[in-house]
Amino acid sequence: MSRKIFTLLAVLTLFAVVIVACGDSNGDTETEAAVDTEPETEPETEPETEPETEPETEPEVVTGSHADILGRVLERGTLICGGRTDLAGFGSLDGERNVGFDIDLCRAVAAAVLGDADAIEIVPLTAADRGPSLQTAEVDLLSRNVTWTASRDVQWGNFTIVMFYDGQGFMVTKASGITSTDQFDGATVCVTSGTTTEQNLADFFRQNGMTFEAVVFEETAAVYSAYEEGRCDITTSDRSQLESVRNGFASPDDHIILDDIISKEPLTPAVPHGDDAWFDIVKVVMFALINAEELGVTQANVEEMLASDNINIRRLLGVEGDWGFTDLGLDSDALANAIAAVGNYGEIYDRNLGPNAVITLPRGLNELWSNGGLIYAPPVK
Amino acid sequence: MPSSNQLTATDARSSQAPGIIKWVRANLFSNWFNSILTITLIPAVAYILFIVFRWVFISADWSAVTSQPLLFGVGQFPRDQIWRVGISLLSIMFLIGVSWGKWGGLLRSIGIFATLLFFGFAILPFQHEDLSIPIFTIASTVMTIRFFLGLISLFIIIGNFIGRLEAVSKRLIIIGWFVTPIITVILLSGFDNSELLPSITTTLWGGLLVTFLLAFGGIILSFPIGVALALGRRSKLPVVSAFSTIFIEMVRGVPLVTILFMFSFIINLVLPPSAIPERIVRALMAMTLFSAAYTAENIRGGLQAVPPGQMEAAKAVGMSGFQTMFFIVLPQALRAILPAIVGQFISLFKDTTLVVIVGINDFLGIGRSIINSTPEFLQLQLEVYVFIAIIYMIFSFLMSLASRKLEDALGVGER
Repeated sequence: MSRKIFTLLAVLTLFAVVIVACGDSNGDTETEAAVDTEPETEPETEPETEPETEPETEPEVVTGSHADILGRVLERGTLICGGRTDLAGFGSLDGERNVGFDIDLCRAVAAAVLGDADAIEIVPLTAADRGPSLQTAEVDLLSRNVTWTASRDVQWGNFTIVMFYDGQGFMVTKASGITSTDQFDGATVCVTSGTTTEQNLADFFRQNGMTFEAVVFEETAAVYSAYEEGRCDITTSDRSQLESVRNGFASPDDHIILDDIISKEPLTPAVPHGDDAWFDIVKVVMFALINAEELGVTQANVEEMLASDNINIRRLLGVEGDWGFTDLGLDSDALANAIAAVGNYGEIYDRNLGPNAVITLPRGLNELWSNGGLIYAPPVK
Repeated sequence: MPSSNQLTATDARSSQAPGIIKWVRANLFSNWFNSILTITLIPAVAYILFIVFRWVFISADWSAVTSQPLLFGVGQFPRDQIWRVGISLLSIMFLIGVSWGKWGGLLRSIGIFATLLFFGFAILPFQHEDLSIPIFTIASTVMTIRFFLGLISLFIIIGNFIGRLEAVSKRLIIIGWFVTPIITVILLSGFDNSELLPSITTTLWGGLLVTFLLAFGGIILSFPIGVALALGRRSKLPVVSAFSTIFIEMVRGVPLVTILFMFSFIINLVLPPSAIPERIVRALMAMTLFSAAYTAENIRGGLQAVPPGQMEAAKAVGMSGFQTMFFIVLPQALRAILPAIVGQFISLFKDTTLVVIVGINDFLGIGRSIINSTPEFLQLQLEVYVFIAIIYMIFSFLMSLASRKLEDALGVGER
């Protein structure tokens, strides 16, 4: 009898540990689904075991790990960046090198903080992996085309500023005869599972009182090959992705990307909660990249620009007075280093998404505000 | 055995033409039903083969597979340090060659297979890069990887001849087998602030390297844990047996994906940041514990199959409990469950593909990354996945072949 009680207690303690630990990782459906079934087996003994384990794990998460990210990065000598290796243009492999729009931001931050743009370590994250890796501060910076949503801002970490404005659109085959979203009723739609895309799709159809049949895939590549094979009438994703995928199709002209945009997808880099200075550092670097484009500072001319007469440029590059970024722990030439390493925002865009890049996306909303886009950084003052 | 084989072979050759007709008549046209079946199936099979061959050799575009063999092999492992993987591979393969020469049997099959495999990779039309080994820079040894792969198969054969020498003792080879994996891990991970062996972060490891590391690491580590758990579950000590039972049942009650996620995230939450092991180590821990639970149950089945008379007899001749277990019971138990254990290890090997979901670019993950690296390759995903499937099939088949040979050698199923 006593042995049975012991066994029961041991099981309950283990479950309690698991549940307490899982409670924090909201972004991850897989673990939760498995854990959710377990509390049913827990009888009244729960209060006995639960308080024991809770204080052990909880405070560590909030204070211990996230307090001094800059110090951690400097000590390690590399910036650990949550990225991806499987989306051309944003984060992919070129030979053994990580390249992409998101990766270049990591390089810029590494150049500013460590003086070496190559001092980065890219952790390839899956969609489900992004939130927890930020919550546990496993990565110093998450730059993996994450849509900034209100709930993620609350739960995952601090979102910096929008790096890329995207929106969900639809691609249809010319043969289907569909020319507007009004004709969507009863269509089959290929979509990636577990993303905001899937949610938006369901919301869109429900709001418009239409029905659809979803063909769901775990993997992005599978979605588009199924669509191209004709298994679906429609596929939906961020327009940037649709555009890039269409370029790769055997006959791109047979497919149309509709003008309708059904969601806002502000792709935004994020940092873990709990270190304001680090949050500011990443933002300052991003501001510098955007302001550099506005002021005409490029990778090529940044050296000359150090001697520029323009007071704004001199401030931007840190040669004219200290406006405070050195207080964050950056060197005075940090921002000049970042621009020298990857160029300004426009250059980053052109390298990865411009006319000569692997995939080409028109800049659209991602033009500078002065050119009719939304890319805007606070003035350097 | 060999002599009888030869006899039948020469028999068949001496009477070839009638033999074939006889065989066809006996097996394909023995009665009207078989004849109809044969007549309808032959064109169908021929057509399927035709389609497959046409696809493989004409319509398929293998450029996504052949353009970056190193990515498939080692992922993002720094290219100037790639010789470290090369040396590790070379030494392991050399050791296989030596063991083949010494013991023959199962190792002979593995040795021949490995030789052919590396030779095959050397002659297949992959776009191999150059490899430079700094140790030999005096002789300026920049060679293509194609040449290096050929060199490996040559080394296996050289090893085979060395292994035949009397001077090379069995003990030396066994020591070699214990030392080489350790050296390999040190060689691959390197040291901080080292000139010759700078440390290489495991996020850069990928491809087959990671797949094999996880699979063989998992197999080697999970086996002793499995034995311990199996013995623990049968232990008379309540704490030990309760712990083992709870562990086994908990792990077996949860899908591997969940365990991988738990190790990926929960360890981060519980441990201080400085003590968090690297991703690949966490994945290895998850795979090991998962596999250990299943191995433990297999082994327990084997333990139960050993008749109690064996244990009593061992006790009667004055063996201690430890001796009884390790020299009498376990060997018989393991022999009985060899097929089940190998099956478990093959599934562990294939399960390593699941680490993709915790952000490790194993062989499959690298395949996905290559598919998505340019829009053109998105069209070629079928070719990439076929290639990946063939590689997994080759190694899984090799493992089951090895198990069958081992069963023959141990006489499993003969009594």
